[in-house]
Parts: sequence; structure tokens; C-alpha cells
Amino acid sequence: MNGGPTASQRFFLGILPENPVYRQMLGMCSTLAVTNNIQAAVTMAAAVLFVLVCANLIISLIRHWLTPYLRIVIFTLTIATFVTVADRALAAFVYPMSKMLGPYIPLIIVNCIIICRCEVCAAKQGPITAVADAAGQSLGFGLALVSLAAVRELLGSGMWFGSRVLPEAWPDWVIMVLPPGAFLTFGLLMGLVNWFTARRAGKEGA
Amino acid sequence: MSYLVDIFLIALSAALINNFIFYYFVGICPFLGVSRRVEMAFGMGCAVTFVITIAAAIAWGMTRFVLMPGAPLAQWVAGWFVDPETAKAVDLSILSYIVYIFAIAASVQFVEMYLRKYFPLLYRSFGVFLPLITTNCAILFACLTIMSQVAGVDDPAARWDLGRSLTMAAFGGLGFTLAIVIMAGIREELDACDVPAPFRGAPIALVVGGILAMAFMGFTGVDSGIKTALTRPAAMGVQAVSPPPAPVVATPAAEPGKQGAAK
Repeated sequence: MNGGPTASQRFFLGILPENPVYRQMLGMCSTLAVTNNIQAAVTMAAAVLFVLVCANLIISLIRHWLTPYLRIVIFTLTIATFVTVADRALAAFVYPMSKMLGPYIPLIIVNCIIICRCEVCAAKQGPITAVADAAGQSLGFGLALVSLAAVRELLGSGMWFGSRVLPEAWPDWVIMVLPPGAFLTFGLLMGLVNWFTARRAGKEGA
Repeated sequence: MSYLVDIFLIALSAALINNFIFYYFVGICPFLGVSRRVEMAFGMGCAVTFVITIAAAIAWGMTRFVLMPGAPLAQWVAGWFVDPETAKAVDLSILSYIVYIFAIAASVQFVEMYLRKYFPLLYRSFGVFLPLITTNCAILFACLTIMSQVAGVDDPAARWDLGRSLTMAAFGGLGFTLAIVIMAGIREELDACDVPAPFRGAPIALVVGGILAMAFMGFTGVDSGIKTALTRPAAMGVQAVSPPPAPVVATPAAEPGKQGAAK
């Protein structure tokens, strides 16, 4: 498996050019569900970082023994194990946050980002490349989550990290922290990202 | 009476009020991925409803008899190796995620084999959707809801039985089908619209989803109103009013993921 991006390239690819949320449209459930405040988004991103790095490392170490038919099952069971660890750890150390995220932590198991990275990268690359790729992708995921959460929390409750940022006169757009706000904000932000990308590509082309 | 009301409310809540897509955001990937044509969306919805019901039955059985603290089967097996007092403390709930995901993968696999053998026509119409369902969050989400309603409830009377679990899963699947078919219908029309270039494809679909979610918000609180109306005569007597199903949320602020939003 020569060629292809190196470890550091993969790390940076994950953050912006191949951002899992805005570019690849993966892991939408958690993206939409936990972004009504920044703290939840950061916790979620940290959990994904842990699970993705561990799963990628393990898969990359055992990649020579994987058989094509059992591949996906092995991926899923590895991921499920680490998600259980993350879930128990969150429940032990930050119980209110674990309560708040509720079923979305276990739902990391079926988060397409992780399975996709295991399949695309970890099953073919060495451990260092796999870990760099995992870190880059999860940072990209975290960035997307925080950007979404920042907009929603600011407009929806006038707060960042639970403390008031906007003046008291700001009429909170409650809709932004409710489910419809997630769809709207995400759609608009994604349009914005597309617009910037297209504009930059146009400038470079000119 | 009370049980039927409960079932009815669970069904209503799962299908409309707390719609899997518009309220819990589970199953967004197929919602955006295969909602371009109504027939495809309907096929996907049917496949999901089918698998979710089977997976829910397995999840309920596993939770009730093996995984939850003090589950009979786990105790019985543990009783072979340790004394009965120690066996009572056996708690396998830490294994639940692995068991669920395995049950889902296995049931998808079996459903696929069964359909291919006995209903080739149906199999062909489900096509590629069946294997995709394994990674559909909606199925795992239904299993997790069942777990929280079976293992997370202290009062044995309030614990969900098989009927309630299956109702929740099947109607959740129906709600999913409804959402994805509505979405596909809108997106078919959207193809003819002049959407600004950066918004073509997923972004406009998400915005449309947001507007649909607003429409579905109109159902908020319907369940508590119906519940009050239906149980009022019974509540006067000694008959215990069954506790409300946990996913039902009267006010948005009470939703688990949204507490930070409470204002």
C-alpha cells in the first residue's frame, strides 16, 4: 500500500479538506442531536476521538488477519467495545453530561465516520498512519460540531459555554436549540462552506 | 383500558410526536441518502420497519432475561458456578451495546437470507437497503430505548413488556417511513426548482428537513392531552394510572439532550 497520503497529510486532510461532516456527510445523527450547546458538542467530539483512535489502532494492528467476510463484524465489535468504555467513563466522571447525551453516546457505534475510517484507512495502513488519520478526522468532526453548536447556542439561548454572551435584550430564538434549528443551522452552514469553497476554487482557477 | 391507552400513546409518540428523524435525529443518513425517489424511500422505510421490529423483539428478550441486573437466565447460569447469593448480583448490562449490535447484524443477515429464499420478489425490492440497515442508527436507538425502559425502571409494573416494546419499534419504523416518504416527495419537486448553487443537494435537503421538523413540532404535547382525556375517569378510582412512557416529552426543555437549552 504505497502511495497515498502520508500520516501528517492524512491528519490535515481530515480537519478541513475532507471534513467528515461538511464534506463527507457522515455521522449526521450525533452532529444534529448534540449541538444545542457547546459543552455537549465538545464532550461528544472527545468521545468520538477516543473511540476512533482506539478502534483505528486496533484494526490497523490486526489488519493482516482480517477476512473480507468478517471484516465489518470485527469493526463493529471493536467499536462497540470502545464505546462501552467511553460510555462507562463518562457516566463515572461527568454524570450530568452522560445523562444529557443519553443514547447518543452508544449511538457512536453506528456512527458512519468510524466504520468508514476503519474500512478506508485502518484496514490498509500501518498503526501510525491510522492513528494520525483518526485524530485528523475526529478533530474535523469536533470542529464541525463546535461550529454548529456555537451558532445554535448563541442564537438559541444567547450563551456560550453556559454563560451569557449576548445582551439581555436578545430575544432567544428558542427554535435554534430545538430539533428544527439543528436542521436549519446545519443546512445553512453547509451551504456557506460550499459557497466559500466554490469561491476559493474560482479565485485559484482565475 | 390503562394498558391499551399506554400502547396507544407509545404508538402515537413513536410515530409522530417523537419522530425518529425529526425529534431524535436517528436515521439521518438514509433520510438524506435515499430520499430522492418516493419508491426508493418507501422501500427503505419498509425494510427499516421490518428489521427494527425483529431487532426490538430480540433486544427485549435479551435485556429482560439476560442483560438487566437480576435477569433470570443470567442468574441461572451464574448459579452453576457461584453460590446463589453471589449469583443474584450478576449484572451483564455492560455487555448490552455489544449484544445489541450483534443482534442487529445477525437479524439483518437472517432476514436477508430468509427473504432471498422465500420471498425473492420482496428481496429484490429491498435490494441494497438491507445490508445498509445494520449501520442505521434508528435500529440501535430503538434497542437502547427498550433497554432504558426495561433495565432502567425500578418499578416492575412500569417495565415495558414485549407488546409495548414491539409497538414502539414498529410505529417508530412507520414514523421513519412517513418522514422519509414525505421528504422524497418534496425532493422530487425540488429537482425542478432553481436552488442557489452552494445549496444544491444536501444543504437544501437539510433546510427542508428543518421546516418539516417544525411542522412535526406541532404534535408536541398532543400525547399528554390525550392521556389526560383518556385516563380522567380511571384516575378517580383506585386504578393506578400507568406512568408515562419516558420518551414522551411534554415540553421541549425536558428532552434529555436539550437541558442546556432550557431557558
